[in-house]
This record gives sequence, structure tokens and C-alpha cells, in this order.
Amino acid sequence: MTIQVSDLCVSYGSFRVLKDVNCSLENSEILCVIGPNGSGKSTLVKALAGILTPDSGTIIINGSDADTISGYERGRTIGYVPQDFSYLTSATVLELVLLGRRPHVSWSLSETDLAIVYSALEQLGILGMAQKNITALSGGERQKVFIARALAQEPELFLFDEPTSALDIRHQIDVFEMMRDLVRHKGRSVLVVVHDLNFAYHYSDRVILMDEGSIVATGPPDQVMTHDLIESVYHVPMQYVDTSQGRYIMPLWT
Amino acid sequence: MTNPTTDLYQAGTRKKWILITLLMILLTGSVFYALNAGSYQLSPSQVLSVLSGVITGNTETLTPNDKIVVFDFRLPRILLAVLTGISLAIAGTVMQALLRNPLVSPFTLGLSSAASFGAACAIVLGAAWLPYIADVYQNYVIVTAAFILGWLSILLIYGISRVKGSTSATLILSGVVIGYIFQAGVMILKYVSNNEKLREITLWLMGGMWGANWNAIIVITPICIICFLYLESLSWDLNALSAGDDIAKNVDVRVEKLRFRGLLVSTLAASVCLAFTGIIGFIGLMAPHIGRMLIGSDNRYLIPCSALLGALILLISDTFARTIMDPIEIPVGVIMYLIGGVFFMILILQGKHRVIT
Repeated sequence: MTIQVSDLCVSYGSFRVLKDVNCSLENSEILCVIGPNGSGKSTLVKALAGILTPDSGTIIINGSDADTISGYERGRTIGYVPQDFSYLTSATVLELVLLGRRPHVSWSLSETDLAIVYSALEQLGILGMAQKNITALSGGERQKVFIARALAQEPELFLFDEPTSALDIRHQIDVFEMMRDLVRHKGRSVLVVVHDLNFAYHYSDRVILMDEGSIVATGPPDQVMTHDLIESVYHVPMQYVDTSQGRYIMPLWT
Repeated sequence: MTNPTTDLYQAGTRKKWILITLLMILLTGSVFYALNAGSYQLSPSQVLSVLSGVITGNTETLTPNDKIVVFDFRLPRILLAVLTGISLAIAGTVMQALLRNPLVSPFTLGLSSAASFGAACAIVLGAAWLPYIADVYQNYVIVTAAFILGWLSILLIYGISRVKGSTSATLILSGVVIGYIFQAGVMILKYVSNNEKLREITLWLMGGMWGANWNAIIVITPICIICFLYLESLSWDLNALSAGDDIAKNVDVRVEKLRFRGLLVSTLAASVCLAFTGIIGFIGLMAPHIGRMLIGSDNRYLIPCSALLGALILLISDTFARTIMDPIEIPVGVIMYLIGGVFFMILILQGKHRVIT
């Protein structure tokens, strides 16, 4: 799975959110997108997921132009987990995760479909909740359900938009470990928008740093997330602490 | 080895089929009961012999009165109630899924008021504007007018929801406001019309099954079946949509097209029936809600389930309406207002966190 984005521009009405964005996604990597609020991270993800139509520019997916790829094909290759999600009235966890199989089934679900759903539920540790109503779950549990839905979709590329924003530290680590497993052992690619700089630094193969609708820098985390760049983009004095366990990026309390 | 999810899913599916079968049996039973009920006394065996006589074409042995009561009066009326219940229920279910709002129904969106304005226009002005249409066909003018106006109101709601979003507040308020506007139109028409027409309009507004005849059934049945099959075929897409527009788009649902077509077809189903029966409120709201409680929110099962529930509720109410104060009959629309109003109230009170967001 490779993606090549060139000169991508996206607007909401007359407001241009993405300005001439160029970036790429390589096979089997975790690509983290970081940047301040409103820098265009979610917009980039939505454009890749085919939810927003770009004003100009091209997105090449696996060598062919995204415009020429059918929605059906896109649904099988790209799985998207939005930042905010709402569900109409009631549905059980199982019903929601089953939706992930939508691009693969025409009407009824096979044994294989259900086995895939089972392993998705298991990976996120929500098997026991399968029959629970989605409205009875906590924010974090709900987030895991939506991640499980994307897993059940079995795409080549996962687009996660802040997938761990409602999770505690234990579950954040679990989800990132799961992503690493998807990439290392199952040959998938992951593009993830994340606010926690330490997670981005620790887990990413490459990082895209965005600010005001443009890409400031892209490359391996130690080259992109430099002291100067992070400080200048976030306007917060930072402290970098190097330990035997790796590097920690912390705001400097003033 | 089977996994627990498979077991869970298959057990769920089995339960859903059992439930749908039970509802079908219940509906068949109700239809048969309704054929027997009424001021003209008939024994079940008489009813059966009429039915079998009509089916086999062997009507000579039947008492003419029995045949008229069962076949010409009661059966079309029962079928009209069943078809209307089905149509309003599937329209409500699908509209709720499409607009992602559980309080939406043909009634709460103002479709009924708009359709009634169309019907009133046709009743009052029809003869004057279309003098060359024979009286026999005036009924179809009413039906067509009700349908067109019903459609217009949904188009209006659709436009509003695209501009302003489909929150409960926006949709319900728009529905209420559209309702007021069309009601004003109806009032003007009532004010200027003569006694005979006034009564006709009033009857239509209250809603009832007295418009039932075989012609109506012949018009409604194919439309109802086609709409049902089409909407049922959208089930998976509707399921995906309930997880949000973005997720639906990600799994290859063309959301705008789905909304437009789905609303078109569900409005067609609802307004064709409303045009014959007059305003029947709340069925399209109650049936999907009860359905969701019973069978869950997978539209593959929810749509048939609420269709059966809608038919059942309306048929039972109508049978009640025509037998309780025998020989006087109460318009079933009035009963639906009563039951539906209470139901709506319960939704508001208990559903703070679940239904009304």
C-alpha cells in the first residue's frame, strides 16, 4: 500500500484548509501526523479516506489515481476511524463492528466474516461487551468499538484520527502496540493523527508535522521532531530528556 | 470450531426470524379476527367459506350479503389498514435512519399536514379547476395532490437539513413550522368551502379507513411492495449510515444519493397511503421504536419487523375504532393521535439520554 499526494488543496466553503500539500505513505509503516489544532490534520485524513473532495491536486493510491478508484475498491483498501462519532439510537457493539464487513458482503455474513469480527473484538479486549448497547459504554470503550469496526474491515491502510483521545494510558499503549503489530506482522500501513508527542516519537516510522494547512517537515521522528521545530510550531518552550529508554519530549513549565 | 461471536450472531439471527414469524402469525390472526368483527354477525366458518368461495371462484353457494360484507366491505378495509401500517412504518424507519434522527417520521416532519393541504385543495378547488374530470376520478385527483404536496414538504425538510444539519431541534421544529403553514392553508380552504366539502375535508383530516375499496387496494399494493423491496435492499447502507456519514462514505455508501433516493421512495410509500386514508399520525414513529426494542437496529430485520408492527397496530386500532361504539365508528386517526401522543410523551420523558439528543 503506497500513497502519493501531490499539490493537494482542500477547502471548506471559501476557507482553504490544505494548501499544496505533498506527502507520501510507504508500504508497511506507521506514519504519524502531528501539529497544532486547526493545522489540517483531520482534513488530510478525510481527503485520503475519500470523504472530502479536493479542490486540486492528486492522490495516487497504489499507483492509480484516487479519482479512478471505485468506492467499492476504496472501501476494501482504506479503513477510517473518525475523530468524533455518533450513533443513531441504539445498536449493540456486535452490530457496529459487523458494519466493518460492509464492503465485503452483499447480504448475509459468512463464517469467515464472523471469525474476522471475533478477532477484531478480541484484539481490543471488548469481546465481553459484544451484546452491550453502544449507548451504555464509556467514551473510551466506544472509541475501541470504532477501532474494532475498522479492523473488521481488513483494509490495507488504516486512517486513524486521534484514536486514543478518550483512552487511559494503558489502553493508549495497547492501541499503539496493536498498530505496530498490524504494520510489522500483517503488512498493513497506518496513518495516525496523534496529539501526544511522545507517542508519535516512540511509535512512528515517519512523522508529518503540519501547521496552518501546510506540511512543515516530514521524515523520521528524530529528524522532524527537533527542539526548534516543535517549539516554533506549537509556541511552547519544550524540554527534551534523553534517557536509556529513549527520548522524552516535555513542555517546560514557566 | 465455531467462535463465540458466530454463536452469538446466529442465535441473534434465529431469534429475529422467530420474532418476525410470530408477528406474521399475529397479523394473520388479527386479519381473521377483524373479518369476523363488526355489527353484521358472521361466524368464523361463514367467513372462511366466503374467502374460499372467492378464491376458488365458486360464489354461487354463498349468501350475497355475507359475500358483500366480507369481501366488499371488510376485506378491502382490513387490507388498507395493513398496507397503510406497513407503508407508514417502513417510511418512518427509513427516514429515521436516513436523517439519523429517531424522532423523525412522516407525521413529525410535516408530511401529513402538507398532504392534507394537497387533499383539501383538490376537494375544494378540484371540481372548479378540473371540470372535465368525471366525479369518479375526483378521488384520484385528491390522491395525486396529497402525494405531490407530501413530497414537496419532504424536499423542503431535506433542503433544511442539508443547510442546517439534521439535529432533532432543526428537523422537528422545521416539521412543526411546515405543519403550521400548511394547516393555515387548510383553514383558509375550510373557511371558504361549503358544508358538504367542509365535512369531506374534516373527515379526511381525522383520517380513517372509510376510503377503502378494491380500487384503492389495487393502486396501493404494488407501490407498497416495490417501496418495501427497494428500501429493504438499502438495509446495509442504512446500517452503515447509522455509524455516521464519514464511516458510511468510507465503506462505499454514496450518502447524498442514498438520502435522496431513500427519502423519495419512503415519501412515496407514505403519501400514497395517506392520500387514501387521510392523516394517520404516529404509526411511523411508534413502529420503528417498538421494532428497535424488539429486534435491534439492524435494518435488514428492523424494516420488516416494523412493517409488521405498523400493520398490526393500525389494524387493531381500526378494528377497535369500528366496533367499540358500534354502530357508530370513531375515525382511527383520532385513536392514533391519542395512543401516539402518549407514546411520544413517554419517549421524551424516559429517553433523555437515549432517544432525544
